Amino acid sequence: MRLARNHASILAQASLMVATLCWSVLATASDADNGRILYRNNCSQCHGLKGTGKGINAPHLEVAPRNHTDHDEMIARTDEELFKAISEGGQSVNKSVLMPNWGKTLSPEEIEDLVAYLRVLCCQEQ
Amino acid sequence: MTKRTYLPLLTLLLAWPVVPVAGFAEEIPAAANLCLTCHQVTVESDRAVQGAPPLFYAGNKFNRDWLESWLQTPTRIRPAGGFFADHIITSEGGDSIDTASLAPHPSVDSAAAKQLSDWLMSLRPHDQLIAESSEYSPAPISPRLGAMDFVKFKGCGGCHRDTPEYGGVSGPELYTAWQRLQPEFIVSYIKNPRAWNQQSSMPDRNLQDEQIHKLVNYLKSLHKED
Repeated sequence: MRLARNHASILAQASLMVATLCWSVLATASDADNGRILYRNNCSQCHGLKGTGKGINAPHLEVAPRNHTDHDEMIARTDEELFKAISEGGQSVNKSVLMPNWGKTLSPEEIEDLVAYLRVLCCQEQ
Repeated sequence: MTKRTYLPLLTLLLAWPVVPVAGFAEEIPAAANLCLTCHQVTVESDRAVQGAPPLFYAGNKFNRDWLESWLQTPTRIRPAGGFFADHIITSEGGDSIDTASLAPHPSVDSAAAKQLSDWLMSLRPHDQLIAESSEYSPAPISPRLGAMDFVKFKGCGGCHRDTPEYGGVSGPELYTAWQRLQPEFIVSYIKNPRAWNQQSSMPDRNLQDEQIHKLVNYLKSLHKED
């Protein structure tokens, strides 16, 4: 009887762990999806719809926008650095003033979604 | 409440005229039907679908003389259309504007332009935003320093053109800003773009009033008298 109860308890805990794992994976996917929309609406004008740094404004800028599909460049940046660059602008991470601060325009959650999407661009999409 | 009391109430509700939204004109001219197909004139909606710039605060935004004239002979103000992302072709070489997807703005005759301008200039839901904005008095500015500030220090030139040939293309041209826009609107919009248009792709750069006034002085300096 006790053995059956232990098995049931282990099964319940395992189910909970699997459910939590699934939820976190889904939540990450969902955040990156929102990041994709935010990227299209705000970032793509300079960084390009595909994130290659070749947006419609790029030819008119004195500093080339970052190529977010450059795997080696992007993995050298932590999520915190990317968040800071988006939130406080390029100058805050010793980059160009042409990268504006979005922290007064986008919420911290939206910026986190953008960072999640940047990770998709650099490291998952071909 | 009995069924007998419901019926007159229901009849009254159905027969009640549409209540005008605060800040909007009570009567919309017939010519405005053309505007309604693309522009937001009552409530904000998803701009990715709407495309055209919102007009629900036109009376707070435009200079009336310019508006009446432009409606008769419209020219493109936004090189990449109302919402740039809807008019882009992507290729290996980079993104470019899909000019074939850009429809010309319809024109109207002088009588309709006057009627539309009267109506549009009555749309003033953001009087309070203007009142809260810092007081601006135009001042002269060195063209070279103004241009440097616009392009290098504030980065406005990344999205906007300050001459017909130079600057970004996702935002509206700004070498005609002084003709088109009320100075108080420009000041307030730079201060907080999303207070005006929640779908705006323009960031709030957290600029001080003095910095904003300097930019507006530069835009004024670009205006060439006809």
